[in-house]
Amino acid sequence: MDATEIGLWGVPLAMLGGAIRVSTPFIFVSLGEAITERSGRINLGLEGTLVFGAMTAYAVAVMTGSPWLGLLAAAAAGLCFGLFHGWICKFRGVNDIAIGIALMLFGSGLAFFFGKPFIQPSAPDLPAIPFGGWSDVPQVQAALNVNVLFLIGAALAVFLWWAFRNTRAGLILRVVGDSSDAARAMGLNPNTVRLIATGIGGALAGIGGAYLSLYYPGSWTEGISSGQGLMAVALVIFARWNPLGCFAAALLFGGAGALGPALQSVGVTQGYYLFYAAPYILTLVIMIATSSPSRSLAGAPGELSITK
Amino acid sequence: MSDLGKRAVGVETIGMSMRFGAFTALDDVSIKVPAGSFHALLGENGAGKSTLVKCIMGFYHPTAGDILVDGREVGIASPKDASALGLGMVYQHFTLVPSLTGAENLVISREKVPGIIDWRKERAALAQFMERMPFKLPLDVKVDELAAGEKQKLEIIKQLYLGRSFLVLDEPTSVLTPGEAQEVLGLVRGMTKAGDLTVLMISHKFHEVTAFADDITVLRKGRLTGTGKVSELSHKQMAAMMIGDQPIAALDSRAPVPVGARQILTVKALKAPDRTGLKTINIGELDVKSGEIVGVAGISGNGQKEFLEVLAGQRTRDAGDVLVKGSPYGASRAEARTLNVRFIPEEPLRNACAPRMTVAENMAFRTFDLNEAGKPISWIRMSAIRDYATRLVEQFKVKTASLASPISSLSGGNVQRAVLARELTGEVDLLIVSNPCFGLDFSAVAEIRARIMRARNAGAAVLLMSEDLDELLELSDRIFVMSDGALVYETPIAKASVQTIGEHMAGHH
Repeated sequence: MDATEIGLWGVPLAMLGGAIRVSTPFIFVSLGEAITERSGRINLGLEGTLVFGAMTAYAVAVMTGSPWLGLLAAAAAGLCFGLFHGWICKFRGVNDIAIGIALMLFGSGLAFFFGKPFIQPSAPDLPAIPFGGWSDVPQVQAALNVNVLFLIGAALAVFLWWAFRNTRAGLILRVVGDSSDAARAMGLNPNTVRLIATGIGGALAGIGGAYLSLYYPGSWTEGISSGQGLMAVALVIFARWNPLGCFAAALLFGGAGALGPALQSVGVTQGYYLFYAAPYILTLVIMIATSSPSRSLAGAPGELSITK
Repeated sequence: MSDLGKRAVGVETIGMSMRFGAFTALDDVSIKVPAGSFHALLGENGAGKSTLVKCIMGFYHPTAGDILVDGREVGIASPKDASALGLGMVYQHFTLVPSLTGAENLVISREKVPGIIDWRKERAALAQFMERMPFKLPLDVKVDELAAGEKQKLEIIKQLYLGRSFLVLDEPTSVLTPGEAQEVLGLVRGMTKAGDLTVLMISHKFHEVTAFADDITVLRKGRLTGTGKVSELSHKQMAAMMIGDQPIAALDSRAPVPVGARQILTVKALKAPDRTGLKTINIGELDVKSGEIVGVAGISGNGQKEFLEVLAGQRTRDAGDVLVKGSPYGASRAEARTLNVRFIPEEPLRNACAPRMTVAENMAFRTFDLNEAGKPISWIRMSAIRDYATRLVEQFKVKTASLASPISSLSGGNVQRAVLARELTGEVDLLIVSNPCFGLDFSAVAEIRARIMRARNAGAAVLLMSEDLDELLELSDRIFVMSDGALVYETPIAKASVQTIGEHMAGHH
């Protein structure tokens, strides 16, 4: 048997590679959303931030020739979106979910508007590290070609998990997310903390967008996001607001997303479109399985408007 | 940081007044709390107790008057200034962050917290601090999972950890069992006697005041109406200072339960999930006869709320039967109507009213779709609703600006009167009541209890759930104790002892 023909083994291998490749934007968006939600606010606008980040990163990378500058620009754009959301939400009577939906549409629209001239030109990619050099099977090499952003995302998840418990900033974030009254009694201003948390969340979502346009799929189109920004919100809830859980859930969703292409690559020609829907079905199934009519969500930040 | 070496400080106010626009909440009040004393502040709702305390703690800026700490005049512009002077407050509602552990709560509430917290060092410091504390507490458990009494202790410990030596306790025992209350207050009392702490306690409970306080100050309608040594005052004198000369509704005497009274409510082997979904509540057997009040005691969070929700139809049950007069009861509107079941839940504005609908509409919830003969009608007549409400408002003395004002604009006592009017009018065979007097003032409490007793004497079966043991002892014919989702103890009122009930509430049996 030829080394390039590994038959059905290609499916789990492609899923592993896919999980690593596809999960990166999920990791960043969900970690960003975890920070925001831990502060007691929900930002549904991250889908728009993601798309706008993808456009910004691509545009800046095309113009400067540096993908890293593109990445920074995307983070900065995301930060602005996040701060804008956080600023509006401090006003009385403003609903964070409604603002999030508005910003989602606004971000995508703005990205399409500014992004028109950048559909044609090609931008430099973000670098990847080939961990598969030991094998001469091309599929293995392809699967283990890991982008640096994935590694940064993994490190960030571990760091956040540690920081939520062991740093002043982490504890303050949890205090604010759990009880505004307690926070105020401590002399903290919940709005300021939430503003910062939403800003950081936006910046991370922008980075997730940069990954989309600068690595995988690796070009700017208007259909670049297939709802990763929204699914990441569901993912945070599924992960019970735990950064490590977010990372694991992102891998799971990434693997599910890679199922369709993987089946196609081994020659399944019928019905593989159905498997393209796997991440969405997984979202639905998970949400149903982890919810209950008679029980409130364990571990939910007390100030979160969806769990009140 | 933690500094128990600090000695107790004394606090004095001179001529304290506070006006909100035209309304005077506090009128020339001078009180003196000497260092190391245990002082009780008494008064009805709205008497100005919290206003006074908030002025001392820097939440409000008094319109006039001075504050002296240890004999020196001080300016307290914010809660920060107050804490710098060593003044701290324990609120009636917990201010701990539920999802953080005790240790995390303590450390994060400190003035200066390092950017990265070295938990090994902090734990060692906390352990050392706790050694000098009169309470023992698990600090590595999430506050969520602590019992109410433990939370209250942690609140107090937090204040001491922050180096406060003058504490305001706002109704500190309202969520505790008698045993827990005794323990917490006793320990605090010990610290005042040792001269480490000064306490100003807001309370409604005379027996606590008598047992623990040195002096009292009484406020009524923003004015100082009395002060003195606890040892020289009787409960009656204290009550007179609190409520003045307004009439108090007297409780009807208890008519004996007739022999062979009909069994109205029967609950058998009821099982339902509790709020977390992790535990089940399990009511083995409970029956309530016509003409008796059956009380259910328990610390909040032991399944009483869920039991009530099942009876009210707000929560589905997994197994078991609820029978009213022998027929199965599922809490539908039709069943409630034919079986004459009435319901007075706790927090009536939230659980029994549509807050933005008018007083008249809220009072007509049971009857708006029936005509005088009790038959369904297809067109609703607003005039009939208004007439009905007018009659009830007069009969139950509901104070409202107008029948057309939203019910949320009424005071707590009047909302409860309106709900009572709705539920107690007409024929009542079964009345289910939960914490009917929570947060109400003296006269409203007396009146509401009198109404419940009257309904009982008229032949209604009453199931009364309450966290207030005094209320249960005053009204009930039999008392059950609910603990950990089950009825664990039953006693007729003649043999009821606070001690035994308290022990069962705490789950010590």
